[in-house]
Amino acid sequence: MVKEEPEFVNRPDNTAFTQQRLPAWQPMLSAGIVIPGFVLIGLAFIGIGIALFVTSQNIQVLEKDYTGVELNSPCYKCSDSNVKNCECKLDFSLDKLFEGPVFFYYGLSNYFQNYRRYGVSRDDDQLSGDLANFKEPSEDCTPYQYDSNNSPIVPCGSVANSKFNDTFELYQIVNGAKKLVPFDGKGIAWWTDYNVKFRNPDVVPLRNAFNGTVKPIFWSRPAYELDPSDPANNGFVNQDFLVWMRRAALPDFRKLYRRITEGDYATGLPAGNYSLEIAYNYPVLSFDGRKKVVFSNVSWMGGKNQFLGIAYLVIGSMCVVMSMVMLIVYAKFKFPEDE
Amino acid sequence: MRCLWFVGRMHIYKNDQEPAVRSLGPENLLLKGATLKNTQKICGVAVYTGMETKMALNYQGKSQKRSAVEKSINAFLLVYLCILVSKALVCTTLKYVWQNKPGQDEPWYNQKTQREKDTNLYLKMFTDFLSFMVLFNFIIPVSMYVTVEMQKFLGSFFITWDKDFFDPEIQEGALVNTSDLNEELGQVEYVFTDKTGTLTQNNMEFIECCIDGFQYKYRDAGSELDGFCVTDGPVSKLQQKAGREKEDLFLRALCLCHTVQVKESAGPGQGQEDGLTDQVDGLELDGEVVRPEEQRGFIASSPDEVALVKGAMRYGFTFLGLESKNMKILNRNNDVEVYELLHVLNFDPVRRRMSVIVRSKSGDTLLFCKGADSSIFPRVRQEEVDRIRTHVERNATEGYRTLCVAYKQLSADEYAQADAGLREARLALQDREEKLMAVYNQVETGMSLIGATAVEDRLQEEAAETMEALQGSGMKVWVLTGDKMETAKSTCYACRLFQRNTELLELTVRTLEDGGRKREERLHELLLDYHKKAVQDAPPAKAGVTRSWSTTNQDYGFIIDGATLSMVLNSSHDSNSSRYKSLFLQICQNCTAVLCCRMAPLQKAQIVKMVKNSKGGPITLSIGDGANDVSMILEAHVGIGIKGKEGRQAVRNSDYAIPKLKHLKKLLLAHGHLYYVRIAHLVQYFFYKNLCFILPQFLYQFFCGYSQQPLYDAAYLTMYNICFTSMPILAYSLLEQHICIEVLLDNATLYRGIAKNAMLRWGPFLYWTLLGVFHGLLFFFGVRYLFSNPALQDNGQVFGNWSYGTIVFTVLVFTVTLKLALDTRHWTWINHFVIWGSLAFYVFFSFFWGGIIWPFLRQQRLYFVFATMLSSVSAWLVIVLLILLSLLPDILLVVLRKPRGPHARQKKPVESSVGGPQSPRSSARPLLMRTFSDESNTVI
Repeated sequence: MVKEEPEFVNRPDNTAFTQQRLPAWQPMLSAGIVIPGFVLIGLAFIGIGIALFVTSQNIQVLEKDYTGVELNSPCYKCSDSNVKNCECKLDFSLDKLFEGPVFFYYGLSNYFQNYRRYGVSRDDDQLSGDLANFKEPSEDCTPYQYDSNNSPIVPCGSVANSKFNDTFELYQIVNGAKKLVPFDGKGIAWWTDYNVKFRNPDVVPLRNAFNGTVKPIFWSRPAYELDPSDPANNGFVNQDFLVWMRRAALPDFRKLYRRITEGDYATGLPAGNYSLEIAYNYPVLSFDGRKKVVFSNVSWMGGKNQFLGIAYLVIGSMCVVMSMVMLIVYAKFKFPEDE
Repeated sequence: MRCLWFVGRMHIYKNDQEPAVRSLGPENLLLKGATLKNTQKICGVAVYTGMETKMALNYQGKSQKRSAVEKSINAFLLVYLCILVSKALVCTTLKYVWQNKPGQDEPWYNQKTQREKDTNLYLKMFTDFLSFMVLFNFIIPVSMYVTVEMQKFLGSFFITWDKDFFDPEIQEGALVNTSDLNEELGQVEYVFTDKTGTLTQNNMEFIECCIDGFQYKYRDAGSELDGFCVTDGPVSKLQQKAGREKEDLFLRALCLCHTVQVKESAGPGQGQEDGLTDQVDGLELDGEVVRPEEQRGFIASSPDEVALVKGAMRYGFTFLGLESKNMKILNRNNDVEVYELLHVLNFDPVRRRMSVIVRSKSGDTLLFCKGADSSIFPRVRQEEVDRIRTHVERNATEGYRTLCVAYKQLSADEYAQADAGLREARLALQDREEKLMAVYNQVETGMSLIGATAVEDRLQEEAAETMEALQGSGMKVWVLTGDKMETAKSTCYACRLFQRNTELLELTVRTLEDGGRKREERLHELLLDYHKKAVQDAPPAKAGVTRSWSTTNQDYGFIIDGATLSMVLNSSHDSNSSRYKSLFLQICQNCTAVLCCRMAPLQKAQIVKMVKNSKGGPITLSIGDGANDVSMILEAHVGIGIKGKEGRQAVRNSDYAIPKLKHLKKLLLAHGHLYYVRIAHLVQYFFYKNLCFILPQFLYQFFCGYSQQPLYDAAYLTMYNICFTSMPILAYSLLEQHICIEVLLDNATLYRGIAKNAMLRWGPFLYWTLLGVFHGLLFFFGVRYLFSNPALQDNGQVFGNWSYGTIVFTVLVFTVTLKLALDTRHWTWINHFVIWGSLAFYVFFSFFWGGIIWPFLRQQRLYFVFATMLSSVSAWLVIVLLILLSLLPDILLVVLRKPRGPHARQKKPVESSVGGPQSPRSSARPLLMRTFSDESNTVI
């Protein structure tokens, strides 16, 4: 309208918003953008894929099942649930250097840490050092809230109760003599779990806080005595305990047990014969579970994982192929006129 | 509803007398709109008021209107409900199957509580089922209802705000009475429109006349002394005029041959409409009335007559009134001529003409007759006809109402004979009608044709363009009017609903009586005949909505009147009734336009109802301005009221009210189209995003022993629909313009693309559902394979179940938001703000939620989970990978679909407005290009 329009009282506001005329960007996914875009994305993905794949290939992994189901397994004798304090020895040899730092995991199969009832059976207040919850653990912890004498269980609940209690010691056999490979038990749990989320009560000595409570039924030692060698690694901030309390996502999982970072083995496990001595305590056969140990080194992408690299490679090449197909399609049906 | 009889009794009480009783009949009843004449006042009692008025009795209860989109939503909801229940059932079943395996029901590390052990097995199953229902209930998009309501409510403001709907005359814009039907505006298949006041302004205007073969067109300037000017007609005799006497005779005929009454005390504004009445300077009348002429008002049963009288007035012959059988005329020389009115031969629809017999001062007895060409031409001399016929036909094609005027001088004998015949016939007790008719026919013979008039029932602004756009967008326009057929037909021509080459199929009382047989038989025969013509012989219509514009394809128009319609609908035989109805419907569906005349208000609603309930359940829209349209407005899916002069009844009962008919085009083609696309996308998107939200959670049950372990944290579950993904789709559903408004208005055909609920049919629904399933599977299994080794950090530490859920959730939020971004074709700053804002908010919230030990939470599940996730390169890589892979099919689809799709997205409407499918049609009708508004002139 060129001429001035008279003002009207009821006239709707003539703003860009009310008239649905806001300036707008109207993206057009045209072939000119998409084909080069696909090529670029494809090439980038292929690049990342190759990097991932190569990295993953270079990660060394050594996995050993020690459940003892097979007769010839060294741990077969321990698989009988009646045997207590059983120990077994797993011998293996490395024919080349296992580059360090080496991470030592234990793995469980068919073990449902992600079961809902199991997962809720814990008391985070108690685990953050709230003494009130030492006397009266949360209702969530049933059936591990009180023991048969009605004493409160600390730490209560199924998750804590079922803490993995196999222990391992690794020896290198050097000229027939056993040489202990030192394990580093620090830094295996999340930093925030260790420093913030889980707290011991401010009672010195720690054992006094646990007066009037009982240890979880399955445990052989109370929480404040989990690591006799290091007083700071006891109670709820025990690294093994923290690792266990972070529930696994899937029924086949592995958890970090130790790192090998010290002494002669800081650069890795040299070639040679090794013997892993296992204190076999954790029963898994009743639910058809499996136990294993895993030695692995890690890279920037974490542990060995072929999936990611392959997926990137596949999708990257898919993008490139599709851009080729599109190019052919467009060449045949001509580019749209608006180019 | 007709007031056929009235019986009443009046008791008159006086102080000291016995009460007297008088009977009251129909003659004592004054109908609505009656005006007082020849008396100062009357006393009366108001009867049939309120709910008893014809209007109220014709009113049908207001029923809840629900849009087709809502029906689709309900159907989809049912599907999702089934999915939900089956998911819960599958999980429950598998849970108990799985638990039957030894050791799985209660492994030592996961002892049941005492209460669990005590519970009955079946009860446990039932509670498990319910728990699964709770876990998966997010698949039902409850928040969609909130968003849909919000979208509708807020979206309807855009109609109110639209300044194109603002009419400076009435100082009002559009009105939205319900926000439930916005999207229905984009789905209309049948438009039922009222004629008077909707298509036309009900404002007759004298356009031109033809006197003795010469065309006179009135020019407003009126600079010439005699007020006449001759326009360049197609006739060879350019710039010539008929003789002065002929002109005078013609104008006298116009002034005398009518039943108009003069309303003397017309107040300002009452008698004049848009300044039609011109000033005739120096008009003085024996000192009796000295005042400007514009106050003169005329009252007549037909607005045409008023227009003719006014037309004559502009040419200098003013009808001053009827005083005791004397008609007074002020002629061009400002002399008053007086004629004695002897007889009025009334108009009736069968004769289609009327006559008056007057005696002039000089003693001549004259008969003036005016009527439809078809009824006048046979009664005049052929050579006169030939001169005028071309004019009449041209005027008729242009949509004017044409009348021919003839006269005849009666000799004394002839008059005496006619007078006697008329008197006798009027007094006859039996067959009065027939006798009168016979006399009329006898008198009205051997006349000479003086000329013809063309009166325009002024169409609403841009009525023709609007109708054309509606038809171009595949809508079928039905005109439902109470008017008589001729009037309505000419309006249809003027509105270009009927074209020159449209073959009209008439089904009216007249055609039924033509054969001279029983009406019922004839009806049957005609219906079959038309059916054969329009349905069977017509080339099979492609996909219902497409209509060929090629000239070779015969267009059909259908005309039916109220009486015949009631025969069709309420046939005496029940079996016939449904058959007639279906025949009728089939014929109508194959016609480009249908005209229903002489309709009672309830019949209008009946028609709407019939079409509404016909096969396929087409979406109907009614538009009207008066109280008599209320029932049809209420009956149709969408009722539009025009804020006309006939009160607010229609506006109040409508769903949307607009000031002018021309606004309908933008309301439907732009607003309706956009609303539909927006809400359809909204609905599909909501189902999709909830499906791919909950599918991973369902899949997770297979990996957690069917224990109802949620994959996502409770905060994420709650916030997903409320905060993380709701705003972008709301903004989209308010602002999206996949095609910009100008292009939508210029290409009416685009409207057909979304006809029949195209975006909410099972096809698109399946696509969205499959997309949701695909995304859900991708999210879950992508992360699942990543977690085959949960050591994802470079320090060798492992991720737990909440990290798993958080990764899936992050991929989910980003994918669904980016999917919407991909679909957005109109990025305003609001879209940018909301889309990127939502994603930023998600990241911010996750940091915040995981960054604090929340005292009110029993479990600090997400403590630093998100931050730790971001510290893992693998998590980043998998998130990027999965998002890209999820969106890949969509990107491909957009790109590959494009070369075939319409290039309608261009911003420049230049090419589209001229080209496009309408142009062949336009060029096919050069004659009809006479336009009714200034804008349209410039377009062509």
